[in-house]
Amino acid sequence: MADHSRTLVVWCPDWPVAAAEIVAGVPAHGPVAVFAANRVIACSTAARAEGVRRGLRKREAQSRCPQLVVVADDPDRDARAFEPVVVAVEQLAPGVEVVRPGACALAARGPAGYFGGVELAAERIVEQVAQTCAVECQVGVADGVFAAVLAAKAGRLVPPGGTAAFLAELDISTLDRPQLTDLLRRLGIGTLGAFAALPATDVLARFGFDAAYAHRLAGGRDTRPLAVRQPPPDLEVTETFDEPLDRVDAAAFAARALARRFHERLAGFGLACTRLGIEAVTAHGEELHRIWRHDGLLTEPAIADRVRWQLDGWLTGSTRPTAGILRLRLVPEEVVTHAGLQPGLWGEAGEQSARAHRALARVQGILGPDAVVTAVLGGGRSPADRVRYVPWGDDRTSPGDVGQPWPGHLPAPAPAVVPPQPLPAVVYDSRGVLVGATARLEVTTTPEWIVVDRATPVEITSWAGPWPFDERWWAAGEAQRGARFQFCLADGRAVLAVLRAGHWAVEAFYD
Amino acid sequence: MANIVALRRRPASAPARADLAELIRSTGLTGLVRQASGHSDAGWDADRLLPVVPELRPLLSAGGLRRGTIVGVTLTPGGSSVLLALLAEASRAGSWCAVVGVPTLGVVAAAEMGIELSRLALIPNPGPEWPSVVAALLDGVDIVVAAPPGPVATTVAGRLAARARQRGGVLVVVETGPASARCPGADVTLEAVHSEWEGLGSGRGRLTRRQLTVHARGRGAAARRRQVQLWLPTVSGGLEAAPASAGYLAAVQEAV
Repeated sequence: MADHSRTLVVWCPDWPVAAAEIVAGVPAHGPVAVFAANRVIACSTAARAEGVRRGLRKREAQSRCPQLVVVADDPDRDARAFEPVVVAVEQLAPGVEVVRPGACALAARGPAGYFGGVELAAERIVEQVAQTCAVECQVGVADGVFAAVLAAKAGRLVPPGGTAAFLAELDISTLDRPQLTDLLRRLGIGTLGAFAALPATDVLARFGFDAAYAHRLAGGRDTRPLAVRQPPPDLEVTETFDEPLDRVDAAAFAARALARRFHERLAGFGLACTRLGIEAVTAHGEELHRIWRHDGLLTEPAIADRVRWQLDGWLTGSTRPTAGILRLRLVPEEVVTHAGLQPGLWGEAGEQSARAHRALARVQGILGPDAVVTAVLGGGRSPADRVRYVPWGDDRTSPGDVGQPWPGHLPAPAPAVVPPQPLPAVVYDSRGVLVGATARLEVTTTPEWIVVDRATPVEITSWAGPWPFDERWWAAGEAQRGARFQFCLADGRAVLAVLRAGHWAVEAFYD
Repeated sequence: MANIVALRRRPASAPARADLAELIRSTGLTGLVRQASGHSDAGWDADRLLPVVPELRPLLSAGGLRRGTIVGVTLTPGGSSVLLALLAEASRAGSWCAVVGVPTLGVVAAAEMGIELSRLALIPNPGPEWPSVVAALLDGVDIVVAAPPGPVATTVAGRLAARARQRGGVLVVVETGPASARCPGADVTLEAVHSEWEGLGSGRGRLTRRQLTVHARGRGAAARRRQVQLWLPTVSGGLEAAPASAGYLAAVQEAV
């Protein structure tokens, strides 16, 4: 029984600091501290040398070490950065439990038997983690996860049966239960050994269940089995070609076989892919990676199409690769559970939209992915600003500023013809003087005639303006400043004209 | 059978409605026979007709967009708004629309008219292969709007018309050229004739609404010229029927 509960824990000291270095690039050799709720939860060795400790307030810590780098706490970042370490440990010994980001536990029996001893196993694991992830770690062995974590912090390999003795000397604050610790200290119990010496029934009666569990842990009698995690299935498929492919259609053809394998693999797990990453690597190491988004399951011809579009642009563009394609990889970036074919869940409407999707995908195949667009309304003042064109199949998310008030925006009705670029125009009065607007937003003369894009002059029957706009004045390259006018012309048309820095342009026609 | 032949020989003495119904029933032609002339007041025959806003229904002989037909819209001032109004009700009812070769489409105006943007696909620059693009779209999309960049060859027009008829889609052709270069195969052509904007003064106000007259002319059942007066667009961007004032009608007569 003692043999089964022998646990090996891999512990990375100051893991939040190390994670900040891995993910955010904050150098960990200097004084760095990670703060959560204005208190230090982790600090680097340099910061510790200056006197920063866990639990200090930010101001106190900064006063002890003025050049302290402050990093905000991010549990997701810690977990993400720890994943490669767990994978590295899993390569040596399967069945790893992640205790928390920074510490993972595994049964000591397997690696000890395989590597010929606990010390050799510990050395091997430390080496493997250092080589794969460039992360320092310490290994500890004891009976039970609680004792093993403490052993890892001390860097000790406790012999079998010596756990109780090892724990007896440790301070009671290692129980990590501040109220209980406080109470026990006031009662005169300062070490785990003293706590373990109390009768168990009395502890349960006096302090409650949680304290009774802590009492078991303090006595080295932790018999909780490890909650081993399942490694996530490897869903990506790769194909390496013996001869590098030079031509796009050869690569697209190879992609179809790859797509079939990809589908079967996903279907085996009951998944469908909504975002697919296609990666192509050439013989000289150049890479092209692009993420495609699609509603629903991508069929083999659709995947082959997307490979072809991706490579077309690359091979015919300005930054061509210097060698043929050596490897193609399909990586599912986002998957959803998919039970099988879903014929028209909404009946007729579903089937109609499926037909429309197919027709539009075919047109994309003829013209390219960017030729078919759909429009998304966003926020803005002019009719051109409010529309964003999204290629078919991409995410149609609205930027979220639609409902905001945009003071100075053009009211309904909106113009029906909006040229992609404003047409240059000239507006002048009856004597031929160019119409301008002063800084006080008054027109210099009455507009009478307008020439749109070098056509014949048309008379202006009625007009309104100037309506000023001054957008993004804080960004030097994006500042837009001008005035809009509406003109009603003699031939029955109405135009929306804009005057910017003395130059007229027609933005839209009210056709 | 003899009764039917007799009916054919003497069209002037057409029997009363009840007798006609009895004749149809006795010869076993129920459900297959319908009167050839006039509107069908039987409501929407959802399989063959796409709905259109009530204000535009008087322009179309069937009271809606008949599947498999070609509709032409000329680009006189007001034509773009007529195009959007034509698509509005069908898109709202769930049909898919695609617009080929119109890079200047005002999407905000389309949204205000009622077109559902998630079911609207735009192909602004189809290039020289636009007939194959339109043909591919007619396979899956209910309404395809195409603006040919130049005069359309009759073979191309015939092929697209046959495709539309076969698949049951509606092809709306936007005609930019002069009257002589109209698309030859259009079953009905809509033309905006006279447009008057309201709301602007001399340096004051803003464009609020526009009064428009739309003419329809076509082949077959649509051979009779029809016209309708509309506020298109209204203040909110939609459309409404407009009772015509005398001055406006006079202006329309002059323009036509």
